[in-house]
Amino acid sequence: MATQSVSSTKRAPQYTLYHPRWYRPRVSVYWWAGEWHYLKFILRELSSVFVAICVIETLCLIRALNNGPESYANFLQTMRNPLLVILDIIAFFFVVFHAITWFNLAPSAMPVRLGGKRIPDVMVAAPSYLAWIVISALVIWLVLG
Amino acid sequence: MADKITIEVARYSPERDEKPYFQTYKVPVHKEWVVLDALNHIKDTEDGTLTYRWSCRMGICGSCGMMVNGEPKLTCATFLSTYARFGEKIRVEPLRYFPIIRDLVTELGDFLAKLKKAQPWLIRTEEKPLAQGEYLQTPEELDRYKQFSMCINCTLCYAACPVVGLEPIFIGPAALALAQRYNLDSRDEGAAERTAHLAHPEGVWGCTFVGECTRVCPKHVDPAGAIQQYKLAAVLSWLKSFVTPRGQDI
Repeated sequence: MATQSVSSTKRAPQYTLYHPRWYRPRVSVYWWAGEWHYLKFILRELSSVFVAICVIETLCLIRALNNGPESYANFLQTMRNPLLVILDIIAFFFVVFHAITWFNLAPSAMPVRLGGKRIPDVMVAAPSYLAWIVISALVIWLVLG
Repeated sequence: MADKITIEVARYSPERDEKPYFQTYKVPVHKEWVVLDALNHIKDTEDGTLTYRWSCRMGICGSCGMMVNGEPKLTCATFLSTYARFGEKIRVEPLRYFPIIRDLVTELGDFLAKLKKAQPWLIRTEEKPLAQGEYLQTPEELDRYKQFSMCINCTLCYAACPVVGLEPIFIGPAALALAQRYNLDSRDEGAAERTAHLAHPEGVWGCTFVGECTRVCPKHVDPAGAIQQYKLAAVLSWLKSFVTPRGQDI
């Protein structure tokens, strides 16, 4: 026999126009917290902030380089601040996450057709990853080489 | 595998209850039984007042969509054995973000109004006479939109989309995917007309590409992909309107 786990409350029937009262559930402010899929989406959106931080830092770097060796030395000194180092480490992981999720979503938005057939998503994403690896290797070679 | 499984079903009677509550049942587990079979078993043998929608029980009609352990699922395609194997309970609720009429039955009026806004039918500026025969289409032309035409309006994608819950004016994944399905149809000439209604924050630009609609779609329609492609087409159309004096259809 069925058991009622939560007791219901007796109440007078309420009717709106043409139909009984509907129950309208509220969306929790923390709708994203319970499931990994939603949390991943929120982290992906949040990663844009860290991408913006990286862009600002890069622009500051270029300005410091343009202003001469003293300005560049000051910039490097500023960036050695432990708080900025921690921020940069966090930003690095978010930027990597941003890039991976972006590359993985791209084939969905831009399906490529060859000979009337859609080519597999992995074939659309692969050139992005390849370009990322090649450019990263080039930057590493320029900095460390 | 256990002989019986515990199933918690959301109950709500508008005449009696302030809000939904869960009622617990024990149902037998058979290898071939799905959640819908369990609900039918409860209704037939334990509680005839349990109310839910179902029709074809083979993944075609799209009426038995419910939340099963927090995931939007077609209950006719969700096997009890999947949960019984790990000794789990099953919790069945009405599809998320929809008003609840009774027990597991949701109100679909808002969805149907949104579907109509997407104009999911062939629009022609001029119909050719019947004597000239059908509008022919090559397999390649069919292939361009076929995936998006598989939608069965089960609304699982609405229950998966947080934008639907947070922004009730958002037209939603299935309707927008169907709009794109007709935009891509070689027989259709209504893309500009649809875009006038759908290239808005309540239309394609309301989508933040959470992507859950695509993950839960039982027919592999990929509504998220359809909406992003629609966005891209809308932007290209907008850019072309600068180049050509009278704009371009997408």
